[in-house]
Amino acid sequence: MNTAGAILASAPAALPPWLDFFTFRDTNIRLIFAGCVLLGLTSGVIGCFALLRKRALLGDALAHSALPGVCVAFILTGTKNPVVILAGATISCWIGAITIDLISRYTRVKSESALGMVLSVFFGLGILLLTYIQKSGNAAQAGLDKFLFGQASSMLDRDVWTLAIAGLLMLAAVALAYKEFKLVSFDPGFAFSIGLSTRVIETALATLTVLAVAIGLQAVGVVLMAAMLVTPAASARYWTDNLGKMIILSGAFGAIAGAIGTYISYLGPRMPTGPWMVVAATVVFTVSLLFAPRRGMLAHMLQLRRIRRKTTEENIIRTLYVLGERHNDMTKTSSIATLLEFRSMNTMTAERTLDRLIARGLVQEPAEGMFALTPEGVARGARLTRLHRLWEVYLTRKLELAPDHVHDDAEEIEHIITPELEARLVASLNDPGEDPHAQRIPPALEPGRAI
Amino acid sequence: MSNDLWIILIGSLASAACALVGCFLVLRKQAMMGDAISHSVLPGIVIAFLITQSRAPIPMLIGAGTLGILTAFATNALERHGRLQPDASIGVTFTWLFAVGVILISAFAGHVDLDAECVLYGEIASSPWDVWLIGDTDMGPRAVWILGAITIANLIFVTLGYKQLKLTSFDPEMAAALGINVTLWHYLLMGFVSFTTVGAFESVGAILVVAMLIVPPNTAYLLTDRLSRMLIYSVIIGILSAIGGYWLAWLIDGSIAGAIATVSGALFLFAALFSPTHGVIAGYIARRHALITPD
Repeated sequence: MNTAGAILASAPAALPPWLDFFTFRDTNIRLIFAGCVLLGLTSGVIGCFALLRKRALLGDALAHSALPGVCVAFILTGTKNPVVILAGATISCWIGAITIDLISRYTRVKSESALGMVLSVFFGLGILLLTYIQKSGNAAQAGLDKFLFGQASSMLDRDVWTLAIAGLLMLAAVALAYKEFKLVSFDPGFAFSIGLSTRVIETALATLTVLAVAIGLQAVGVVLMAAMLVTPAASARYWTDNLGKMIILSGAFGAIAGAIGTYISYLGPRMPTGPWMVVAATVVFTVSLLFAPRRGMLAHMLQLRRIRRKTTEENIIRTLYVLGERHNDMTKTSSIATLLEFRSMNTMTAERTLDRLIARGLVQEPAEGMFALTPEGVARGARLTRLHRLWEVYLTRKLELAPDHVHDDAEEIEHIITPELEARLVASLNDPGEDPHAQRIPPALEPGRAI
Repeated sequence: MSNDLWIILIGSLASAACALVGCFLVLRKQAMMGDAISHSVLPGIVIAFLITQSRAPIPMLIGAGTLGILTAFATNALERHGRLQPDASIGVTFTWLFAVGVILISAFAGHVDLDAECVLYGEIASSPWDVWLIGDTDMGPRAVWILGAITIANLIFVTLGYKQLKLTSFDPEMAAALGINVTLWHYLLMGFVSFTTVGAFESVGAILVVAMLIVPPNTAYLLTDRLSRMLIYSVIIGILSAIGGYWLAWLIDGSIAGAIATVSGALFLFAALFSPTHGVIAGYIARRHALITPD
């Protein structure tokens, strides 16, 4: 495969290639760079809607089904003019999209099967036509097979201009119909009920996907175009819940992938641009998957750990409180062994948690290995015990569960109940003084104070 | 045997092997996993090739099988732990692996007797000449042996695992309640899909494998409601597509693999329109009839 690097290596360079790239003095580099960045940007933006409508693989199917259109356009006109090819690809994608829709609507074949069948059969037809053209001896056909994997380095002025104009029109369409697209993506039922024609809007969205695929063919090729529609959008989804921000991020990720792809294929003499764009987009995806705040895997793990720690801490506080309650003496000290009789956890965890609680002034260690709550800790324990017993009362009285069935549930809920919910419980239960096991419910120490 | 017959035999074996496992992909609504696996085995094949410097089938099967299972596993992990929607999980995983495969081919272009186009088209037309020699004995085309072995393996898998595959496909909860390991059978199926894909890969290319995996089974799905018949029908339809495809390719002098996919699509269209039970026309007539005849 010929690549950007091979063609551009002949450019006069005083600077080393890795730096020379950034001067953009080579018109070819400027052109390819602009083309790939624009392509990444556009497909990133359009891909968001496909992703949100749970049709992320539609781009894959449509990209493959562009091939017969490209071939037929060439057979009919005999040229590789980008506008002609774009038109052929668009029409062919369109027929593919309609076929998918017809199959899943009028036969019992499932939609993902319809997607896969259109993808492979259209592609097979395209390959058949392509080989037919190649053997027909038309000299102008050379390079037609570049639509399979794309060849950014073969982009000409007119290709980039076509791409730029189509891309800008598509971005303008998204900006203009933003509200409608948003509604249809999130809540088609509501969109329909307020009088929007969901059919028209869905068709418009499908058309934009088709166009995004068609303009991407030359740089990325039919096989990998799907990635540019899915991967940036999926990455952006990890960073935000806001559609506007997601679109901007996804566009930016696509553009970055385009830039990196061009750069690597410039440096490596045999490196294809399209696949490197996909790899770059996947690296961005992996970073997002792992490190995005809130939705990323690391953030999720940390949050889980925080919740586990808090639960363990509160369990120890409550155990010390209940032990003190039994002896009618909150300064009564207990050993770790005693604590572990009441709580199943390993000794290490208990020791570490106690250290943290001592550091925060909730637990004291008056004698080596003997622990009791500080006054602050007693207040915390009282509140947790209060919530636990209130919940037990609630379950027995309101849900009529047997008293011996309510402990485990209360064990979990005591960590979660908010002061607001506590107030509601107290009100609806008429501020009970005892729990179902006839144990005193500690009073709220300072009403309204969240401990 | 003439080359025409060898090619038709290779195409038929590939179709039959694909149809057997493809039926279960279709029934499990995992048709796109076939697409994903057929793309993502590429780096496995290239790496096996680079290590062994040959097209020896066993390393290739191991490479592709590993990648196939890895794809199934990664897709599942992205869904569960990355909390990504299923279609996007598939899309991200296989496009990346395929891109890596294409990059490897480009980077080692001098050392790899594979090119990116062959990945897409396959080389069924030249496969009769790629014969397997034991000593000086010509054992016939290698592809026949490989695809024959895979077809038999798939046949054994489907026969021995018929009950488990059927239950896990139609009613996973029930299967689990009966003590069948649903996850195990999922990964077993994915493994067999990967092996089949790599076996058919050399002959028909990555994307046309998808056509063989899901088009004949979907056509059969329109003709019958019984799993056993669906399996038999889809194998027959696959073989018909191979024969018809060879004829079409000969007629216009084009890619055989492309023609096989095209014919299988035409057969599907035919079944979709004219199937006596689930065809569009039968459905239309039945509705008309229901409208005209008062109950």
